[in-house]
Amino acid sequence: MFEAIAFYLFAILTIVMFTITVMTKQALFALTALAAGMIFVSAFFFILGADFLGVVQIIVYTGAVMALYAFGMMFFDTTREVKERNGSSLIVMGLSTLSAVFTVVIFSAPVVSSKIESIYPTIEGATNSQSVGMVLFTKYLVPFELAAVMLLVAMVAGIVLAGKKMDRSLTLMAEEEILLSQEANKKVIL
Amino acid sequence: MEIGLTHYLVLATILFSIGLIGVMRRKNLLMLFFATEILLNAVNIGFAAISHYYNDLTGQMFAFFIIAVAASEVAVGLGLLIVWHKRTGNINLDTMSSMRG
Repeated sequence: MFEAIAFYLFAILTIVMFTITVMTKQALFALTALAAGMIFVSAFFFILGADFLGVVQIIVYTGAVMALYAFGMMFFDTTREVKERNGSSLIVMGLSTLSAVFTVVIFSAPVVSSKIESIYPTIEGATNSQSVGMVLFTKYLVPFELAAVMLLVAMVAGIVLAGKKMDRSLTLMAEEEILLSQEANKKVIL
Repeated sequence: MEIGLTHYLVLATILFSIGLIGVMRRKNLLMLFFATEILLNAVNIGFAAISHYYNDLTGQMFAFFIIAVAASEVAVGLGLLIVWHKRTGNINLDTMSSMRG
């Protein structure tokens, strides 16, 4: 009973938030609605008993990804209204067809695959975090390490791409040096 | 009223369709990134639901790796976006036609 109430409540909230994200013209509205939607999505993970996944969802998405987007938006002009392309009827038709096909496939998928057996069943008497740790560090150790390397590469790439001229620290420079560097920047921009 | 696997899969479908609509109608590249985040989250819900109803932890593992992929995608994508914005001054998708695609 409570599960049903929670499910419908969070389903409606998530759908509304993500619809706002997709449909709004203000970039800040989209960002905040997306952050709220991410937190509501983590509620489903808690309902489903995947506690660790829910915590990771909150930490990674609303902690890291949203903060990154917020920093990124400081570089862009977010007060300007976002212009959208005029939706041609062809795109809308193709989109609706695709969505309908997806719906049918997802409805029929559990019926087709009713004889699924679990490869790594949930361990009796262990909490979700414990069983996740057991499976992650035995069966999925190599993908786990590869994901770590991938995150490291992504971090280096992000720093290299976004952090140009990071070798100069404004706090350690004298006033004249800062003024000189600003003049030099103006010349580059002009 | 019992909440079954189908409920979650239908919800994941709806969210995936919302993300798909976002990918189709957005012209601003930052908004396009938001829509891809919605797509990844919808798939994550489906994975977690199947993991719960089939008593299998594989779905949760895949959800973890999807989250890792999403995080690195955001880092690299935003870096590229900032470089592009510094060079051209806008992040409009229609102006990115230097390869005559």
